[in-house]
Amino acid sequence: MTWWFPEVVSTYGVQIDRLFVVILWITGVIFVLVEGALLAFLIRYRRGASTRAMYIHGNVTAEIIWTVIPALIVTYLAFASQRVWAHIQGPPPPHQMELEVVAEQFAWNIHYAGPDGQFGTADDVETINQLHLPVGQVVLVRLKSKDVIHSFFLPQFRLKRDTVPGITGRIWLQATKTGQYEIVCAELCGLGHYRMRGFVTIETPEAFAAWLKQAKAEQAG
Amino acid sequence: MSDTPHESADHTMGFVRQYIFSTDHKTIGLQFLFTSLFMILFGGLLAMLMRWQLGWPGHPLAFMGKLAPNGMPGGVMVPEYYNMLFTIHGSVMIFFGIIPILVGAFGNYLIPLKIGAPDMAFPRLNMASFWLNPPAIMIMLAGFFMQGGAAAAGWTSYAPLSAILGPGQTCWILSVLLVGTSSIMGAINYITTIINLRAPGMTFFRLPLSIWALFITAIMALLATPVLASALIMLLLDRTLGTSFFLPAGLVVDGVALAHSGGQVLLWQHLFWFYSHPAVYIMILPAMGIVSDILPTFARKPVFGYHSMVYALATIAVLGFLVWAHHMFVSGMNPTLSTSFMVATMVIAVPTGVKFFNWLATLWRGSIRLTTPMLHACIFLSTFLVGGLTGIFAAAMPVDIYIHDTYFIVGHLHYVLFGGSLFGAFAGITFWFPKMFGRMMSDRLGQLHAVLTFVFFNAVMFPMFILGIGGMPRRIYDWSQYAHLSHFGPLNRMISVSAFCLLAAQGLFVVNFIWSLFKGRNAPENPWESTTLEWATPSPPPHGNFKQTPTVYHGPYEYSVPGAKADWLPQHQQSSP
Repeated sequence: MTWWFPEVVSTYGVQIDRLFVVILWITGVIFVLVEGALLAFLIRYRRGASTRAMYIHGNVTAEIIWTVIPALIVTYLAFASQRVWAHIQGPPPPHQMELEVVAEQFAWNIHYAGPDGQFGTADDVETINQLHLPVGQVVLVRLKSKDVIHSFFLPQFRLKRDTVPGITGRIWLQATKTGQYEIVCAELCGLGHYRMRGFVTIETPEAFAAWLKQAKAEQAG
Repeated sequence: MSDTPHESADHTMGFVRQYIFSTDHKTIGLQFLFTSLFMILFGGLLAMLMRWQLGWPGHPLAFMGKLAPNGMPGGVMVPEYYNMLFTIHGSVMIFFGIIPILVGAFGNYLIPLKIGAPDMAFPRLNMASFWLNPPAIMIMLAGFFMQGGAAAAGWTSYAPLSAILGPGQTCWILSVLLVGTSSIMGAINYITTIINLRAPGMTFFRLPLSIWALFITAIMALLATPVLASALIMLLLDRTLGTSFFLPAGLVVDGVALAHSGGQVLLWQHLFWFYSHPAVYIMILPAMGIVSDILPTFARKPVFGYHSMVYALATIAVLGFLVWAHHMFVSGMNPTLSTSFMVATMVIAVPTGVKFFNWLATLWRGSIRLTTPMLHACIFLSTFLVGGLTGIFAAAMPVDIYIHDTYFIVGHLHYVLFGGSLFGAFAGITFWFPKMFGRMMSDRLGQLHAVLTFVFFNAVMFPMFILGIGGMPRRIYDWSQYAHLSHFGPLNRMISVSAFCLLAAQGLFVVNFIWSLFKGRNAPENPWESTTLEWATPSPPPHGNFKQTPTVYHGPYEYSVPGAKADWLPQHQQSSP
């Protein structure tokens, strides 16, 4: 039983969690201060304790202070966000592997290019709802959709990207540990949206290669 | 121009002209009020069905088996029906609940009274803007009786899904088109009225902040709604005439290739959010205005920083048009473009912060009376704060990658639209009830309702942040199959039970409302000893509002003026009573 994030298994997932915690601290402090002031004023200045209100229309200095401080905070947050964003969404680091995910109502078709490195050729390996990834390698994922918008959501990777018909999306990821996880569809795609579930297996590069070879053999047979 | 409908003011009007096809802004305001309260209750009931399914996935609810034999055969919900429920819940709450209660009801009722005018500038246009609503509601709900049921693509109706679902989706489009037309008519009327019909002495910077908020809201509605209307018409054409605005080539649905080509899927999202993000501000600015009227009244103190409150409203409105694509950070849109939308979104925190601190400073050194409307206004401050702060998480693009389309967003939007808009509406209703109906509501029952609603609201919505952080996607019929969510059973059931209590607590409001309508203590002209013009005429005000047009001498919040005997100085009186 946990009331926090699921386990994190991608490199940039750690950065996203860290940014979340920074924002949680900042907003948490503001929350406590504002709610505290609200409660304190309601008690201290209730009718019984404060018979005549102060006649005041404002204070320019005070208003400048509470304009500038939030402005500084959001400037900091914008820079902090942009740094992580550029890392995740900018040009991907050199990748060792590329694969294609083609979403449809209500399944994930996973395509591996095979030895020739080209998609759409005879040596491709295709699976349905079974995504295998080698740990530690940078993997480039091309995202497509056959029918409506779906969203490729790997909670433990802190990764989400819509698959949009007519557009090929590109994202990258790098797993940090082996294990079994799930693919969630995060964009409403019809009546079977809730059961559009896939499985992610992160394994050692050797185990991955063996799996790919076996999948290829099964496909041929 | 407003004179013609009042020529017959002294005649007795027939029942139909007086109560049904009325051109009196007060009657139209009350028509909006009753309709939207009813629709909010209906939308709430739909939410209860969703909470039943989420709390106890797949458990039968016997009586629903009879009420909705297709959606819940034998009382067990089917996934399509769940999709219809959240689609219609969201659409009803936004288009027939919150917008019409804040803009339609309070806008119509308050604008002429607060600016010292006898009626709206265009009374017949006003009547038409209300009467587009009942057919719009009926058309949307008629979807439930169509082949395949009601619209089920979410209130956002993303194409291509919204282009390929059944005829219920066409009902949804037509309904929203009608209600959008109603919004545009209302907006033209509000803007014209506020510019042209202000009483002598009522300068722009003597307008109550509620009127400023409605004025700016009307400008936003006028600029944004036509964009939604065009998008809806394009979607309608894609569905009916085979155009391809939103449908690219090569779509294969259910094994059948569609004969569309050349469309852009993301175009819908850009057009939809170009309306719907401003719409969020359309749903919150009037509530901010209402709260800005109520806090000074019950703190017996001028509002702190009146001018910066106005500039903050205007800044929020302008920025509100520049942030639409923050709903699209993971849509596949160019990631560089996202940065500019993030910056604009974060900047909104600054004027919103100004408003918050000014509200707090209004309470500081006041003499506070915690009446029911004041309690709702303070709850607005406390819950809308959470809505605003959680928005910062969603604005930070990397964090949004993870929380987008999860329950974190569901929690966030409900803290804004219930915690903000609806508590603002409760504050407004309990504040102006005496003016509207000439009777006082029960304060004790009202306070009990406010406190229980506050407690249960938080018990429903706060745990949703935890679900979201845990990775639970929204719009999901059965979450229990996912391994990373398997421990959320108790939390989901706790939310569901709290939601049932939240609905039950609204019974107190209904009882108080109806009882007070008939049995409440008679309300004097100015029960709250408030300063603005609506309190300078009998409760309820007669047709034509004022016996003679008032003259305005002061700003709207002259409380506790030094040297005066009474602690309020009405706008229409030169010196204190």
